[in-house]
Amino acid sequence: MPLVDLKVWRGDDNGEYISYLVEYDEGEVILDVVHRLQSTDAQDLAVRWNCKAGKCGSCSAEVNGKPSLMCMQRMVNFTPGEEIIISPMKTFPLIKDLVTDVSWNYENARKVPAFSPKKVDTDGKHRMQQVDIERGQEFHQCIECYLCQDVCHVIRDHPENKDNFVGPRFFVQIASVNMHPLESASQKPSALYGFGLDYCNITKCCTEVCPAGIKITDNAIIPLKERLVDDKYDPVRWLGRIISKGKSGK
Amino acid sequence: MTDYEIEEHEYDVLVIGAGGAGLRAAIESLAFGCSTAIVCKSLFGKAHTVMAEGGMAAAMGNVYEEDNWKVHFRDTMRGGKMLNNWRMAQIHAQEAPDRVLELEEWGALFDRTEDGLILQRDFGGHKYARLAHVGDSTGLEMLRTEQQKAASLGIKVFSECTINRLMVDKKTNSISGALGYWREKGNLIKFKAKAIIIATGGLGKMYAITSNSWEGTGDGHAMAMMAGAEMVDMEFVQFHPTGMVWPPSVKGILVTEGVRGDGGTLRNSTDKRFMFNYIPEMFASETASTEDEADSWYEDHSLGRRTPDLLPRDEVARAINSEVKAGRGSPHGGVFLDIASRRSPEYIQKRLPSMYHQFKQLAGVDITKEPMEVGPTCHYAMGGIKVNAETAQSSVNGLFAAGEVAGGLHGANRLGGNSLSDLVVFGRRAGKGAADYAKNTESFLPIDQIEIDKAIQNMMMPFDNSNGENPYTIHKELQDSMQKLAGIIRTEEELVQMLSKVEDLKKKMLSVTVEGNRWFNPGWHLALDLEFMLTNAESLVRAAIERKESRGGHTRDDYPEASKKFGEINFIIKQVNGSIKVEPRQSDSMPDELAELFKDK
Ligand SMILES: Cc1cc2nc3c(=O)[nH]c(=O)nc-3n(C[C@H](O)[C@H](O)[C@H](O)COP(=O)(O)OP(=O)(O)OC[C@H]3O[C@@H](n4cnc5c(N)ncnc54)[C@H](O)[C@@H]3O)c2cc1C
Ligand code: SF4
Ligand code: SF4
Ligand code: FES
Repeated sequence: MPLVDLKVWRGDDNGEYISYLVEYDEGEVILDVVHRLQSTDAQDLAVRWNCKAGKCGSCSAEVNGKPSLMCMQRMVNFTPGEEIIISPMKTFPLIKDLVTDVSWNYENARKVPAFSPKKVDTDGKHRMQQVDIERGQEFHQCIECYLCQDVCHVIRDHPENKDNFVGPRFFVQIASVNMHPLESASQKPSALYGFGLDYCNITKCCTEVCPAGIKITDNAIIPLKERLVDDKYDPVRWLGRIISKGKSGK
Repeated sequence: MTDYEIEEHEYDVLVIGAGGAGLRAAIESLAFGCSTAIVCKSLFGKAHTVMAEGGMAAAMGNVYEEDNWKVHFRDTMRGGKMLNNWRMAQIHAQEAPDRVLELEEWGALFDRTEDGLILQRDFGGHKYARLAHVGDSTGLEMLRTEQQKAASLGIKVFSECTINRLMVDKKTNSISGALGYWREKGNLIKFKAKAIIIATGGLGKMYAITSNSWEGTGDGHAMAMMAGAEMVDMEFVQFHPTGMVWPPSVKGILVTEGVRGDGGTLRNSTDKRFMFNYIPEMFASETASTEDEADSWYEDHSLGRRTPDLLPRDEVARAINSEVKAGRGSPHGGVFLDIASRRSPEYIQKRLPSMYHQFKQLAGVDITKEPMEVGPTCHYAMGGIKVNAETAQSSVNGLFAAGEVAGGLHGANRLGGNSLSDLVVFGRRAGKGAADYAKNTESFLPIDQIEIDKAIQNMMMPFDNSNGENPYTIHKELQDSMQKLAGIIRTEEELVQMLSKVEDLKKKMLSVTVEGNRWFNPGWHLALDLEFMLTNAESLVRAAIERKESRGGHTRDDYPEASKKFGEINFIIKQVNGSIKVEPRQSDSMPDELAELFKDK
């Protein structure tokens, strides 16, 4: 079996990269090689995984600096003897080795307004046309790998923005509720305030790394931004917002 | 012994597992006003359910009006070779459609029919197109929908927290709580609970070739049995006929039955559609006998009988096994699954996007142009905790179970799509059952400190040991031997050999030694899971030895036929004074109006 030179981050913030020579097979993916390392020379190596098929979004890391799923990176794409550097995602606090604390994402998930459906038809069923749900189905493909969150410069370079910016993954979720054909409250742009949409300057880095192929910027963020802009210049809605703000302020 | 600090919590209802079943149970228990928490080993949203592909079976009649719960019930029982708990199968068939609509009400976006209703697809063993689905990522849709519902209700989730022991009040045979550890730091955590719902999923990780993730170590099966619960049907494990076989790293990863449901067909190395040679008598009258008939059935089910490619999974897995053994396999030891020559590239990419990407990215195969290579992979545990069909309570008071970890619904073999619906039908019932129980329980039972100390000592042992084998090596030995000695085709001789292997591995486990400390240490986590895997392996093998016949997911080379006697018996597996015992129990017979459905018309 050929050998690969794996440089893996070990430890917490005070840790270091350690080099390991690990055997591999052409048909394998990076995660297999990491697992081989784990069962031999680094038995307490911390790494997350579940499906090994790009479906669960557990094995996110940075491979040679690029945010990726380790289970979808095939070894054939590297040249034998090449050094491969594997680092934990940078945007989240490090727990140990390749495992980071992604709890910030779960906190954001609780901020997204819940879906509230329209009434069913008289026969107790909802009717929707396939064409009308396709955008929503695209958003629902999100596997919560948080690679888009990892790559977004708004928080990667400015952790202090985390309080005011939920990040691309949650723009996708907001869009998915907002554009759901059965959402009864979707016309209310007020639901779009407070998530930090205006911090995004449409660099599209999130779309580039998304393993689920979601066009995060074009299909979620830009339409949401447009709804916000429309709302700001629509005097009736603007007035409505002032009134409702006043109400909730009581 | 060292004093360990233990974090403590109290909940009316504690749900162990955040898959489709656990989430549905927690939502229900909360709705009944019980304080409820969920514990899960992985991050929230990563449970096995997220990987489910093909769909969720429910007789909604959106595609074929003729469909109704009775037909679904009949299909489920026949697929399970009549060993199913009939009442569970009835409840499941009756309630599944409402549970699908409920998911839609919570935001799920299922694929649609032309008139805007939920589209249903064909799957093995189901008479009519019945699986509500979202392309080939139905589990993701279900789990996210439930996850967001749970988040909006504010249900407390302890994620990356593993339960290692259930606590029982021996005098009253009632659940009192559970002990576990946080994966992050290895700190201990104790729950007092009036009721506990086990929803820990499957146990496939004891086999070498499996579609299950690292979580599929059957913790809930083993912990419940150790706590005194009766188990049922543990000999029945489903080998899904179509797992990937190449490249080696993806061996076992699932290829959804939806490929065949949407027109794909199995072929051997001589390009023959070999399933026509493997139609069992039980299904002969409903199965197409020629390729033309099968193909017209795809167009309209009234034009012919169903294709044998969609026989129940046990039949298809055995057929593939025989073809490979007879030397008619594919280059990497499987058979071919061809949809490329039968459907347009656009159709394939639309209906099976995740299969398309999986093969493209992991095997370099374009399934719109070439056939896939597939072979059987350990997929699903039919057996599990024996539960009451109405309430989902086990034989231990206050201990409930739902989802894959519960036994009974699927009998000797599960039909595809019947798991996702099982999760929500019985998850909901378990949530209600546990809430009712908790409400009728005045106070929390005390937890026996001696049991806690014993459990802690056991958990810390791998650090105290020295010079033992490492957990990875022991695990691999278990997987390789289970695959070889207790796989798809079994014999008494090999099963007995496996039993002594288990004894041998249990000894090794006692001296298992891990590196490092308790801080996010997968080696240690695996060392603790070994106990569960070995316990389940023993239950499985002991029951498999007793079942001297072939039925569903249990095929005996030395007893190749199904026997009438065993057709009326379920094996109950339980732990008595520390050792595992198997006892035959007469299956419940169904009422006449249901039995009527099986009279051949
Ligand atoms: C690839 C694949 C495709 C499938 N496709 C289909 C399909 O199309 N249709 C269908 O009906 N079925 C399908 N199945 C089967 C179905 O997905 C599973 O049977 C089902 O999802 C199991 O759900 P569950 O809720 O019982 O458990 P899981 O979803 O497995 O969840 C188990 C939960 O328990 C937790 N847990 C386990 N042990 C512990 C512990 N000790 N302490 C704390 N938490 C613990 C885990 O962390 C997890 O949260 C498929 C399965 C696979 C693997
Ligand atoms: S497009 Fe916006 S959200 Fe996406 S990475 Fe760039 S700044 Fe971040
Ligand atoms: S949107 Fe894409 S990149 Fe972001 S979390 Fe979801 S799947 Fe990952
Ligand atoms: S392990 Fe599931 S995405 Fe990589």
